[in-house]
Amino acid sequence: MGKVLMKGNEVIAEAAVHVGCKYFFGYPITPQSELVAYMARRLPEVGGIFLQAESEIAAINMVYGAASTGVRVMTSSSSPGFSLKQEGISYLVGAELPAVICNIVRGGPGLGNIQPAQSDYFQVTKGGGHGDYNIPVLAPASLQEIVELTEAAFDIADRYRTPVILMGDGMLGQMMEPVEFKERSEQEKTEKAWATTGTRGDGGPRIITSLELDAEGLEKRNWSLQQKFALIKENEVRYESYQTEDADYIMVAFGTVARITMNAINKARKNGIKVGLIRPISLWPFPEKPFIETRDQVKAYISVEMSAGQMIEDVRLAVNGHAPVDFYGRTGGVVPTQEEIYEKIITIAGGVSV
Amino acid sequence: MLEEIIIAGFGGQGVMSMGQLLAYAGMLEGKGVSWLPSYGPEQRGGTANCAVVISDEPVGSPLVTMPSTAIVLNNPSFDKFEPKVRPGGLLIINSSLVVRNSDRKDLKIIELTATDVANDLGNARVANMILLGAFLEQTKIVTEDSVIESLKKVLSEDKHHLLDINKQALKKGASLVKVAIS
Repeated sequence: MGKVLMKGNEVIAEAAVHVGCKYFFGYPITPQSELVAYMARRLPEVGGIFLQAESEIAAINMVYGAASTGVRVMTSSSSPGFSLKQEGISYLVGAELPAVICNIVRGGPGLGNIQPAQSDYFQVTKGGGHGDYNIPVLAPASLQEIVELTEAAFDIADRYRTPVILMGDGMLGQMMEPVEFKERSEQEKTEKAWATTGTRGDGGPRIITSLELDAEGLEKRNWSLQQKFALIKENEVRYESYQTEDADYIMVAFGTVARITMNAINKARKNGIKVGLIRPISLWPFPEKPFIETRDQVKAYISVEMSAGQMIEDVRLAVNGHAPVDFYGRTGGVVPTQEEIYEKIITIAGGVSV
Repeated sequence: MLEEIIIAGFGGQGVMSMGQLLAYAGMLEGKGVSWLPSYGPEQRGGTANCAVVISDEPVGSPLVTMPSTAIVLNNPSFDKFEPKVRPGGLLIINSSLVVRNSDRKDLKIIELTATDVANDLGNARVANMILLGAFLEQTKIVTEDSVIESLKKVLSEDKHHLLDINKQALKKGASLVKVAIS
C-alpha cells in the first residue's frame, strides 16, 4: 500500500484498526468527530463493533467492559468530553485495564471553543481523575507519526495493563498529510491470562475490579501500581532532539507546535543564532535525559505551548535550576505563528534576562 | 522549493477541494505536502479557507501566516489575505466577485473573471478550477497531469462525468494566464 492523503482524525482510526482494535465506543465532538465517523464505517468491515454511546461517560465505561475481556478497544473525544471520561479512566487504571483514549484538544476551560489547544497538558500528565496514578501519554507531531504512536499506544497498553492517552490538537486532527500504513514486522502478542472470558472449568472465576476496602490491601495495590509506573518511566520515554548539540538556546515544544517552532528555529539558525529543539513525544513519562545532557551548556530553555504555560513546569523540574526557563504561549484556541516564535528567540538571544 | 498557499472564498466555492487537489498532486509527485483547513462554526455561504504547503523537503509548519500565494474567491477573503501575502508573492483574484483593487506594488497580481468564464463553460462551479489552472500555469508547482490524476481519485465514480468540464476549466485558466502575461 502506497501513500494516501488522509485527515489526522482518520489516520488515528485507521492506525488503530491496523493494529487490531476492533471495538470503539464514543460520542462525537468537534474537532475529532471524523475519528468517530471513520470508525462507524470501518469497524463493521473488519468484523468489529462501533457503538455511539449516549454520552462520553457511558462510552468510557463500555471501554472498561470490553477491555475486561482482553480485546483491543478505544475511545476518543475532545477536551470537554475528555473531562467527562476521567472517572472511567481512573477506574481503568485501578482495575489495570489496557485501552487507548484519544484527546484531540480544543480551547478551554469549560465549553471553550473548537480551535486547537494544548491546555489539557496538566489533565493528561498529572492524573486527571482521582487517586495516585499516571498514564502514558503520546503526542504525535505529524500524521505519519500518528500511525507509529497509535500502534505503540496499543502495545504499551497491553504490555503494562494500563490505559494510554494519545494527545493531539484540533489542527493535527483536521489537517491532511500523506501517510503510509506499513506491514508491522513483529506483532506484539501479549498473553491476557487475567481477561474475564467466562469459566470453562479451567480455574476459578477471574475478577476485574478497582475496589479494595482493606486499607493495607489498597496500599499494597498502590505500591504495585507505583512499581509499574517506575517501569514505564524507565522504558517508555520518547523524544526528538533537533540541532541541540551546539545550541545556546533550546526550545521545548510538542505536537504541531514543535513543527511551527522548527520553522522559527531554521530561520534563526540562518541568522546565526544557535538554537535547537527538544520535542517530548511521551509527555508522561516526561523525557528528562535530553535536559540533563544539555542544561549545563545552554543559556536558556524556552517552552512554547498552546496554553498559558503547563509543560513549562516539567521543563523546570528537568532543568532543576541549572538554566533559566522562559515561556511563549498562546491560549484559548490561538495558534502561535512561526513569526511570533522567531521574535521570541530574537528577544531572548538579544540578551534580555529571564 | 517551498510554496505556502492560502485559498479562500465562500463555503461551496470549492476552495477546500482546490487545496486537496494541490496536496494530492504534490503527493503523487513525491513532494512533501500538507493541507490545513480553517475550521470553526462555519456554514454554507460563510467564509472558508485552507492552507497548503508543497515542498521538496518534509513539511515543517502546516500553518501558513504569510503565504507565498493567496487565491481569493470573494471580497472578505481579499480583505483578509491580500495584506498577508509576502513581498514578491502571488495574488490570484476571482474578479467576477472581488470588487476590491490591490494597491500593493510588491506582488504579482493575476485577476481573472473566473465565475463568468465558468458560466461560459456551462458550469459556474468550476470557477475554482479556472483559478487553479491559472495558478499552475504561473508557478508550475505541480503538473496539470498530476492534478487531473488527483481529480480521478478525489471525485467518486458517480462524479466522473464531471472530469471533462474540470479539465477544460484547468486549461482555460492556464490559457488566460498566458494571455495576461503576453
